[in-house]
Amino acid sequence: MNVASIDWQPIWLTLRLASITTVVLMVAAIPLGWWLARTHSWMKQPLSAVFALPLVLPPTVLGFYLLLLLGPHGPVGGLTLSLGLGTLPFTFTGLVIASSLYSLPFALQPIQNAFENIGSRPFEVAATLRATRWDRAVSIALPLARNGLLSAAVLAFAHTIGEFGVVLMIGGNIPGATKVLSVAIYDHVESMEYAQAHWLAGGMLAFSFITLLTLYIVSGRSMRIVR
Amino acid sequence: MRCTRLSIRTLAGLFLSVILLQPLAHADEVKAAVAANFTAAIKQLTPLFEQKTGHKLVASFGATGQLYAQINNGAPFDVFLAADDQAPQQLIASGNAVAGSHFIYARGRLALWSSTPGYVDSNGDILKSNKFEKIAVANPKIAPYGKAAIETLTALKLLEQLQPKFVTGENIAQTQQFISTGNVPLGFIALAQVNALPATERGSFWVVPDKLHEPIEQGAVLLKNANADASAATAFLAFLKSPEAVTVIRELGYEVP
Repeated sequence: MNVASIDWQPIWLTLRLASITTVVLMVAAIPLGWWLARTHSWMKQPLSAVFALPLVLPPTVLGFYLLLLLGPHGPVGGLTLSLGLGTLPFTFTGLVIASSLYSLPFALQPIQNAFENIGSRPFEVAATLRATRWDRAVSIALPLARNGLLSAAVLAFAHTIGEFGVVLMIGGNIPGATKVLSVAIYDHVESMEYAQAHWLAGGMLAFSFITLLTLYIVSGRSMRIVR
Repeated sequence: MRCTRLSIRTLAGLFLSVILLQPLAHADEVKAAVAANFTAAIKQLTPLFEQKTGHKLVASFGATGQLYAQINNGAPFDVFLAADDQAPQQLIASGNAVAGSHFIYARGRLALWSSTPGYVDSNGDILKSNKFEKIAVANPKIAPYGKAAIETLTALKLLEQLQPKFVTGENIAQTQQFISTGNVPLGFIALAQVNALPATERGSFWVVPDKLHEPIEQGAVLLKNANADASAATAFLAFLKSPEAVTVIRELGYEVP
């Protein structure tokens, strides 16, 4: 067993899945985290609870409901079918959607915390200096929240790489589309190919450690980790 | 304040009692590792066995390769009902199973199944059509029925054409679930899984002729990890050969040698 005989496809696929999921999550979580940090609406607590659900739910619950929801008999599956898009389970797009839901709290919570920690004073000052809402968001909120944004991106990326249960349930183990690293490792272990399993699992361990170490070093003491 | 303190104490007490309460171990409990295709059979056989012998049967289901790997790594099962005969033989060879206990408890039949009535024709000609974009197959590396499905497609010279359409289940039960939830229109599962369904939910299926694949000889063995007292486990293996068990197994579509 040497490096040349490693199947690289699941590795690239996993990196692609994690990158796309991270972009999707950052685009969604920045405005969402901003709203949650500033709002006094009664919806805040119920919505926060909903968004935190993936933290506590077994991935099998999410996988099970996604399979039913996105399948041809489910409401979302019916919609995608009528739009001529086919159904999403067992496709890469389906995995991106599942991963985005699954990793949402890992992106949302650091961002929300960061925005909450800024407080309202810098914005009030900026408002007296006639900064527009957009200007206040871009030149005050985002720079001050950069540690939170960085944590969010890194955690969303790393958590997606480590995803397993949901992928196993709605992925169908298709090489090049849904056979991600964690599933490939599972398959190697189940078929007693321990050498291949060691290469991938050891690599994953090292990668995860380096990712977290970098995160801790870069963001120093101000970093807040979700769990 | 009082109320809070009280409820914290109550909670702590509850928590502790959950931790300290240990389930009572059954001395005469049989822990069986069972190939997923035999799930329905075991569910029907368990009450019969328990009634007859007074022992208790606890079954864990999975793909044969998966269970084999677990047993090889010390999983605490007493008996193993595999979906092939290779895994039991290898466990005997590696000293994890008792040689004399081994027998073929069932010969499985493969079916191409769809939950939609009228979808799969009785000759399996649909395989040659372009009507479907996905087809579910159990992972051939760890599930013998998946291996038989690949052999069938190879014999029909359709493997290359259909491989890009594969959706792979980790075992035969997950493969069935992909189909029954409507996410995949058809796929290869065990005939017994189809027969275990209520008549109205059987959809349409083609019983794959057994000349198209290697026979699916399902072997059973007594495992060495079994408790020192293996009498309950031995009783279960004997029960599997009894006429009443064989009737149940045959009704589900297996052949019993």
